[in-house]
Amino acid sequence: MRKILGRVVPAAIPLVVFMVGMEWLVRVGWIKAFLVPPPSAVFNTLLRDWRELFTALAKTSAGALAGFALSATGGIAIGVFLSSSRAIQRAFYPYAVFFQTVPIIAVAPLLVIWFGYGMRTVVASAFIVSIFPVIANTLSGLLSTDPALRDLFRLYGASNSATLWKLRFPAALPQILTGLRIAGGLAVIGAIVGEFIGGQGLGSVVDVARTQQRTDKVFAAVLLASALGLALFGFINLLSRVLLRRWHASEQD
Amino acid sequence: MAVITAGRLENGGAAVRLHNLRRTFDDLVVINRLTLDIRAGEFLAILGPSGCGKSTLLRLIARLVEPTTGTVEVTPADLKFHTAYVFQDAHLLPWRTVLENTVLPLELMGTDTAESAARARAALAEVGLAEAEVRYPAQLSGGMRMRVSLARALVTQPKLLLLDEPFAALDEITRFRLDIRLRELWLERGMTVIFVTHSITEAAFLADRAVVLTRKGGGIKMDRRLALPEIRRNELRASPEFGREMEALLAAMEEES
Repeated sequence: MRKILGRVVPAAIPLVVFMVGMEWLVRVGWIKAFLVPPPSAVFNTLLRDWRELFTALAKTSAGALAGFALSATGGIAIGVFLSSSRAIQRAFYPYAVFFQTVPIIAVAPLLVIWFGYGMRTVVASAFIVSIFPVIANTLSGLLSTDPALRDLFRLYGASNSATLWKLRFPAALPQILTGLRIAGGLAVIGAIVGEFIGGQGLGSVVDVARTQQRTDKVFAAVLLASALGLALFGFINLLSRVLLRRWHASEQD
Repeated sequence: MAVITAGRLENGGAAVRLHNLRRTFDDLVVINRLTLDIRAGEFLAILGPSGCGKSTLLRLIARLVEPTTGTVEVTPADLKFHTAYVFQDAHLLPWRTVLENTVLPLELMGTDTAESAARARAALAEVGLAEAEVRYPAQLSGGMRMRVSLARALVTQPKLLLLDEPFAALDEITRFRLDIRLRELWLERGMTVIFVTHSITEAAFLADRAVVLTRKGGGIKMDRRLALPEIRRNELRASPEFGREMEALLAAMEEES
C-alpha cells in the first residue's frame, strides 16, 4: 500500500496543481471558458453525458484494441519473417517502413471507401499507424542475439526453429515489449482518426462537439481517450513485468 | 612429471590434428600455416598476446569457422556433439534457471528429458552448484555464473573441452579455485582440454603442455611440455619448479609482445 502510494502521489501532485490552476485562471477570466473550459465543467459534462461518452469509449476501445491486437500479432510475425535472412530484409523492409511514413489522416478517406463506415475502418486505421514500431523493434531484437550464444546453439546442432524459439525470440522479448508499448498509444490515436472520418466513438463525439462549440465535451472525450491509452500502456507494462520480472534488468527493483 | 594414464586414455578424449591451417578475414591473416598435434586426453594451454588469433584457433577446432586452407581433423570422427565450448563470459540464458541452462545442450541435441535433468543435476554437483538449480543467472555471482557455464559444457560428457579465457573476468581467489576444479575434472574424466589464455600463471598451473603463438600471423613460437606434478594445489604456485616453467613461458611471450 505504501509502495503504491509512493508511486501515485508524485504523479498526482502536478495534475492537482494543474487542475486547480486552470480552474482559477478561467474563473478570474484570464482564459475564456469557451476556449478552454474549467476542469469543473469538463467533470460535469462527464457526469451529465456519461451514457453517450462511455458508449463512445467502449466503441473506441474495441476499435483500438482490435487494431492493436492485429498489429501486435502481425508486427511480430513480420519481424520474425524479416529476420530470417538479409535478402528478405532488403526485399521487404522498405515496404514495412511505408507504414511508418503513411500520413494516416490522408489515407483515412480511402479506408472508408474500402471498408465502409464503421468499425472496420477504425480497426484498419488503428492497425496501420501502430504496426511499424512492432515490426522495427521485433526485427532489431531478433537481430541482436548474443553471437556467443548463437555459436553455442550451432555447436549442439540446434535447428533454425529451436534457435528462434529458445534463443532469439526470448532474447528479443524486452525490445518487442517496447514496440508494443509504443504501438498501444498509437493504436488509440489511429482509432480516433478512423472515427473522425468514418466511425462512431470518441472520435466522432469530438468531431460533433467541435461543430457545436462544446469545448467541455471535446475535453471530456479527449480525457477518456487519454485514459484509454494509459490503460493500454498499463496493461503492456503489466505483461512486461510478468514476462521479464525474473531476468531482465528493466523489470527488477 | 605429467603422465597420461591408461585409464584416461580408455575414457577417450579426442585427438586433434591441425595441418597447415590458415584462416584469413578479408585481407587479415589470423592463422598462418599452423600445424599442431594434440593427443587424446591432453591438457593443452594456448598462450599468446591479445589479437594473435587464439580465439579464432579455438573456433576453428570447434568448427564454428571454416579454415581458409588446411585441415582440422578430430578423431574419433563422429565427434559432432562431443565438443563443448566455454566462452570468456558465462553467456547463460537469463530467462532460464540454473538447471534449465545446464540442460540446454541435451535439449538441443534431443536427449530424453527425464534423463537429461538427472545428468544436468550431476553436472551442477560437479561444479558445486547443486543448491542453486532453481535460481536465475541474475541472482548469481560472476564466479557462480561461470561455474554454471562449465556445468553446461560438461553435461554432454564431452570428449573435447574448449575454453576461451573462461576465468579472465573473475577475481583471483575465485579463479584459483576454478583452476583447481577444472584440473580435477580433467583428471576424473580423461577428456582432451584446450585452454586459451593470455595469463602465463594460469597456463602454467593448468596445463601439461603449453603452446605460445607468435604475435603476428598465428604461428607457433614455443611448444613445451611442463614438468609439473599431475595433481596441482595452490602450494605449487610458490614452488621453484613452477617458477621455472613460468620463466620459460614468460621469455617466449616477451619476445612476442
